Amino acid sequence: MSNTIAQKKGFGATLWDYLTTVDHKKIAIMYLIGGGFFFILGGLEALAIRWQLIVPENDFVSAGFYNEILTMHGTTMIFLAAMPLIFALMNAVLPLQIGARDVAFPFLNSLGFWLFLFGGILLNCSWFLGGAPDAGWTAYAPLSTTSPGHGVDFYILGLQISGAGTLMGGINFLVTVINMRAPGMTYMRMPLFTWASFVTSALILFAFPALTVGLFLLMFDRLFGSVFFDANYGGNSVIWEHLFWIFGHPEVYILILPAFGVFSDVFSTFAKKRLFGYTAMVFATVLIGFLGFMVWAHHMFTVGLGPAANSIFAVATMAIAVPTGIKIFNWLFTLWGGSIRINSAMLWALGFIPSFTIGGMTGVMLAAAAADYQFHDTYFVVAHFHYVIVGGVVFGIFSGLHYWWPKMFGKILDEKLGKITFWTFFVGFHLTFFIQHFLGLMGMPRRYWVYLEDQGLDLGNSISTVGAFFMGVGALVFLYNVIYTSVKGEKVGGDPWDGRTLEWSIPSPPPHYNFAQAPLVRGLDPLWIEKTEGRKGMTPAEPLDDIHMPNNTILPFVMSVGLFIAGFGFIYQAEYTGGFIAMFVGMGITLGAMFTRSVKDDLGHHIHKEDLDKGAGM
Amino acid sequence: MKGWMGKVRALFLLSILSLILSGCGVENLSAFLPKGYGAEVSLDIIFISLAVMIFVFIIVMVIYTIVLVKYRQKKGQEDFVPKQTEGNHILEIVWTVIPIILLIVIAVPTIAATYDLADETDKGDSLNINVTGNQYWWHFNYSEEEIQTSQDMYIPVGQKVYLNMMSSDVLHSFWVPAISGKMDTNPENENTMYIEAYEEGVYWGKCAELCGPSHSLMDFKIVVVSQEEFDQWVSDMQNLDAEATPETASAQEGQALFEQSCLQCHAIGSNPVAIGPNLTNFGDRSKLAGVEDLTHDMLVEWILDPESIKPGNKMTGNYDVPSKDEAEKIADYLLQLKPSEITPESASE
Ligand code: HEC
Ligand SMILES: [Cu+2]
Repeated sequence: MSNTIAQKKGFGATLWDYLTTVDHKKIAIMYLIGGGFFFILGGLEALAIRWQLIVPENDFVSAGFYNEILTMHGTTMIFLAAMPLIFALMNAVLPLQIGARDVAFPFLNSLGFWLFLFGGILLNCSWFLGGAPDAGWTAYAPLSTTSPGHGVDFYILGLQISGAGTLMGGINFLVTVINMRAPGMTYMRMPLFTWASFVTSALILFAFPALTVGLFLLMFDRLFGSVFFDANYGGNSVIWEHLFWIFGHPEVYILILPAFGVFSDVFSTFAKKRLFGYTAMVFATVLIGFLGFMVWAHHMFTVGLGPAANSIFAVATMAIAVPTGIKIFNWLFTLWGGSIRINSAMLWALGFIPSFTIGGMTGVMLAAAAADYQFHDTYFVVAHFHYVIVGGVVFGIFSGLHYWWPKMFGKILDEKLGKITFWTFFVGFHLTFFIQHFLGLMGMPRRYWVYLEDQGLDLGNSISTVGAFFMGVGALVFLYNVIYTSVKGEKVGGDPWDGRTLEWSIPSPPPHYNFAQAPLVRGLDPLWIEKTEGRKGMTPAEPLDDIHMPNNTILPFVMSVGLFIAGFGFIYQAEYTGGFIAMFVGMGITLGAMFTRSVKDDLGHHIHKEDLDKGAGM
Repeated sequence: MKGWMGKVRALFLLSILSLILSGCGVENLSAFLPKGYGAEVSLDIIFISLAVMIFVFIIVMVIYTIVLVKYRQKKGQEDFVPKQTEGNHILEIVWTVIPIILLIVIAVPTIAATYDLADETDKGDSLNINVTGNQYWWHFNYSEEEIQTSQDMYIPVGQKVYLNMMSSDVLHSFWVPAISGKMDTNPENENTMYIEAYEEGVYWGKCAELCGPSHSLMDFKIVVVSQEEFDQWVSDMQNLDAEATPETASAQEGQALFEQSCLQCHAIGSNPVAIGPNLTNFGDRSKLAGVEDLTHDMLVEWILDPESIKPGNKMTGNYDVPSKDEAEKIADYLLQLKPSEITPESASE
């Protein structure tokens, strides 16, 4: 993209640079491209779903293929689009916001990315190898354990590999926030985006292991003949539901909290005001994260857990509305009395408030167990979680991208195109999903390949399909904007928005080492403080000195390739000796790379202070 | 600014308009038009929570509108720096405490209803039906009455009926929106729920848990009839002669063919074999395989190629496909299986 260094180097050198990089800013760009690619893929799957449902008893796709599409749409959007796009923002911004030169474990950061990418590719290989998984993104047993073909095996191995990457990312950001803050950057001075990413990372640390365990059990059932979920042998399929949702519910907060962080920063910047109720916002974030682990069974009200369990989980779920409400009102009062500038980043944030409030409202309604007996597994639920995930997470990603694009690439995304994107997407979004609340209660269960004629579901479904295509157009305009901006856009300085936080105190895009000298942080919104006191930038906290930076390495890429090969091996080991061999070769490559990493000293390199002014390392 | 709000308003008007056009859905299917106890209780909770939530939404939108109207940066004010307020304790307490109260307003009736719907005190004295979800059809076993039937469940109006539910394969979920909320059928444990229908008629049931390719075709019916009609139906079903010889010659040949190649999966009478749907009162049904209109041609098509009607069903490939001619005869036989005057047709009159 518009990276200055990239343009000077040859293609081969640039490629090698990205394959081996451990720089959080370049990893952010790779997450953006990878996540963006899968977002488009998941979007096409969504359009196929909506096209199939445009009229009753349509036969655009076959029943079995439809189940593959809906499974891959959900799995792709959650694991391969939303997660990496959130990680793109976290990588691009978080180290800058706390005044760090990189994340705590740059090697691990690169490994996390490559694991995500190869896991995602492995999963999508299933399309060409006998069919994609078809048991829903929730992969409920026994449907998932008995699904014929290898689709679900690809789901298991693909998610296991990319999930490992996510877990590493989470640990990395936790340590980064704990250890790498600049002098004076206390916890209660961290920007909300950093706080939210910090809590999200903690959630990843506790939630993903449940998925890992669940996937292992599923893998043993499918590939090695165990019977954890097989009732015929005393197994129990409900255990999968628990494991999945112990991961799956926090996952929703893993996605939404960073988006909340984006909005907090965006509102405060473009209202030119300090975030209202900062302390309350921080505690609300932590509380949401904590409560997020206590509510998983609200996905299981109809499983038959009994009235006591259902009531407890209903009340716990409703409780989450309180900290969420606190956040909404604090945002509104951040705007109150401000001087509001409305640009693309802000439009997404403003569009988020009503959209997400609706999603939150239906969330409380769903939490009422006795009402959920009607809502559960219908289009009402589909509408609800799209209001939350699109209206919250996707809006947050768009807002964050418009906001931080100049920091990442040195250019502001075109405003006019940005507004067109917002309006088509926003209108399309409500058109698609609002009506689905009603479709659900009118008797349309989710994951239906067809609905019958004369059931009153025709009109609502057609409207919904039209809306989906509006969203598609919006996404295309954004894509065009990215290309347009990188070709035509003008370069901007380090602080195009009159920003308040540390990332705006350094050039755009930032040099390789981010901060030549660690900045001295004197309060919340540190750059704003310096600016109001008449200074141009941050006061350094240390004298200019040599900078120690990590070396590039190809090992994370090699390790991920190894697991990718091993993944195929596991899937085909029972059928082909080739699979059996691939299993060992792949694991051998990975373990060999790990061994190399362990025994070969890699002490990094220094950028000498004399070279700093000349822009060395950029 | 005007355009902004205008678009939002137009959007909601459009949605509401389309809603009015399509009404609240179809009777005997829509959860908006409850005809049973569970559906009514759930709808009450839905409206209570919706009312509270709309109240909150209005407050949020009022503040939101004021903010956008009043506090936008005006021309020439680019350098204006607003007051950097840190927060306001009273306000923050207000928007913590009021939501808690509002949530209690929702939580109390929710818990009451949740316990109410799980009540099983009079289970022993009531009609019990064992429900089994199968890929992609439903089986109903009236164990005390010794009646087996599939696809159509007959119940008396105004009576509590207990359903003991299990699955024979993957997860399914039993949902008759107009009568009651749903309950999953699990392979490892029995779930119980009760239903009570207020009006006679035929109600649409649907499977609400993804169960394979034909998940969306796993429809069934609840046939609600008066107590007398129900008793009549029970005695008709109990007293029928499963091996009775049909009248026409073609149906007689059909019977022989059926016994030869279909009976191992499809029971006629109270035989508990249930690899495929019980066909005892097949001729009384309104639908074939839950979704298609039950006609002679359709039935022949099913017998020759069930895959074309329900992808992935468990009959395809597991039986000796008869010739077209034989299929016609079997269809003749099956369609005359009408043990009772009490049918979906009579119930919906
Ligand atoms: C291997 C067991 C098996 C055999 C043998 C079999 N069927 Fe079926 N049949 C099924 C299953 C399972 C279904 C349910 C399909 C569905 O709805 O998913 C079914 C459904 C039907 C239905 C629709 C029932 C309804 O409830 O509407 C008819 C009619 C039928 N079969 C007729 C026949 C005939 C005639 C034969 C013999 C030529 C036959 N079947 C042989 C398993 C079998
Ligand atoms: Cu089902």
